Amino acid sequence: MKVITANRLLNGDVVWLAGTGDWVERITLAKVFEGKEAVAEALAQGVAAEDRQEVVSVYAMDVTVEDGVIVPVRLREKIRATGPTTHPDLGKHAQAVSA
Amino acid sequence: MYRYDEFDASFVSQRTDQFKDQVRRRLAGELSEDEFKPLRLMNGLYLQLHAYMLRVAIPYGTLNGRQMRKLAHIARTYDKGYGHFTTRQNIQFNWPKLEDTPKILEELAEVEMHAIQTSGNCIRNVTADHFAGAAADEIADPRPYAEILRQWSSLHPEFSFLPRKFKIAITGAPHDRAAVQVHDIGLQLTRNDAGETGFVVYVGGGLGRTPMIGRQVRDFLPEEDLLAYSEAILRVYNRYGRRDNKYKARIKILVHETGLEDLKADIEQEFEKIRFGVLRLPEEEVRRIEAYFAPPPLEVGSATSAAVEARRASDTAFAQFAAHNLNPHRVPGYTSVTLSMKPVGGIPGDASDAQMEVMADLAEQYGHDEIRISHEQNVILPHVKLDDLPDLYDGLVAAGIAEGNAGLITDIIACPGMDFCALATARSIPVAQRISERFGAAERQAEIGELKIKISGCINACGHHHVGHIGILGLEKKGEEFYQVTLGGSANENTSIGEIVGRGFSSEEVVDAVEKLVDTYLGLRSGKEETFLDAYRRLGEEPFKEALYGAA
Repeated sequence: MKVITANRLLNGDVVWLAGTGDWVERITLAKVFEGKEAVAEALAQGVAAEDRQEVVSVYAMDVTVEDGVIVPVRLREKIRATGPTTHPDLGKHAQAVSA
Repeated sequence: MYRYDEFDASFVSQRTDQFKDQVRRRLAGELSEDEFKPLRLMNGLYLQLHAYMLRVAIPYGTLNGRQMRKLAHIARTYDKGYGHFTTRQNIQFNWPKLEDTPKILEELAEVEMHAIQTSGNCIRNVTADHFAGAAADEIADPRPYAEILRQWSSLHPEFSFLPRKFKIAITGAPHDRAAVQVHDIGLQLTRNDAGETGFVVYVGGGLGRTPMIGRQVRDFLPEEDLLAYSEAILRVYNRYGRRDNKYKARIKILVHETGLEDLKADIEQEFEKIRFGVLRLPEEEVRRIEAYFAPPPLEVGSATSAAVEARRASDTAFAQFAAHNLNPHRVPGYTSVTLSMKPVGGIPGDASDAQMEVMADLAEQYGHDEIRISHEQNVILPHVKLDDLPDLYDGLVAAGIAEGNAGLITDIIACPGMDFCALATARSIPVAQRISERFGAAERQAEIGELKIKISGCINACGHHHVGHIGILGLEKKGEEFYQVTLGGSANENTSIGEIVGRGFSSEEVVDAVEKLVDTYLGLRSGKEETFLDAYRRLGEEPFKEALYGAA
């Protein structure tokens, strides 16, 4: 299982590709892709978004779904999804609290 | 300190305008990311895990209050209220927006700062002893030479596309505080029998995945030959350095593969061709640059201060600060003060915008408006009157930057690691924080004495782990963070690369492992004056290995 991730060109924010084709700032809103073809198709969407100057550094990352929640497999992606573990006041965990 | 002349100012301003236009073209779609990336990197702008990161150059770690205040303003206005001082005496902002970076560079240019050559395969910020111009043991201030090298290397047309990045460090004292032997070129100021100034030159030092100690190529390079000889080294490297493999592209690999004698011959041959050309340093030009670094007027005073002694007797925290955070000044009555960016349990090298403002104020009030950043990620006020120390200290306490731990076990170097860095394989900062908390008690730190722990979150070794008395390298093993420990590294005049003593440790185990090493040292040292490093060198790895892994 994979989701497609990138950074927004304008501000560098970590984003994921949603089912709507939008880039969203919460991994919980991302669309999960299964199978090589689906992932390749989603990555192609990502590259098109790069060409439109929306995002940069598009790639597919491994996830699992636990109780309906998308969880990144690698620690690096867990940290990207939540923000620096050293700064609970900054990054996405802070946004989640203030939202 | 050095002030921009018209040429410097117009050069930085042109570069800022150029980058502004490049960002505009990128956002308009006229430049692809592949085209834009090398351009943004040449201006210090990276894309990291969570955001862009802007690395701002602090030439040879020297700045003044106005510049520090500008960094505070940038942290507050364009970032998230803090900055991170790095092991190359620079500052990094972790959250700037691409669209804001031209404006940030304009603001930096207002105070004679920029981010040029803080990335890319070029000659990077020249680093220097953070006590330069103040230390009692100094032969001469290395910063005029660092400035001359900066001018020579800034946008040097021949050296803008080197095989790999290139780092130069310079020290003016026999006690090396600038880690010159682990730089691509290391320069140590010296005097010959005739009293003339020159340099011991080391080439091919470096850390990263292949740590190597620099090899001495000259024991006395005359002052006038500094640029011609540096150019000769760079030319040889630019011509023969490997471009086929990024991991073998640094000059240290060239030194290793070519052999020192052959490489020296190549350098000398190149040097002979150019030594009497335009790069020969005219003495009057050296003296002109030197004048920019003229020390502030300092009145010679008493080597001890009644105010300091009285406070020391009544305040144990101050006594600890005075015992560890002062470096002997060449003028009696003065001292160089380390402002610790390592509060117990804090993030090594981070300073908030408010703390930067305070440091600027205190530097102006008590430090002749001079500030230094050390490669150990601390801030230095180099010229403080001893009598002013108690008042300065009170200001530091109020700002939370008065930890009396310089050189002690909690004065840890740590790279940003996987909390920020796109290259990292494990986190560094949380390990530093946990070690700091474990050993944070003032008496315990003082009892342990000098102990340099250095932590890197990947093999690129930005946290200098190879030269830590205890080095910690964070790796990923089967999806988990995993830490390899090295012992016996050092980056001073007796540079050594730490040795791996055995299998690594999980994140949960690593702090206990450090504690076992420290306890072993405390049990075996010949006395309090024998430091951890000295004890390790005397005893060898066996007792430490046994403490970590049990008897073989």
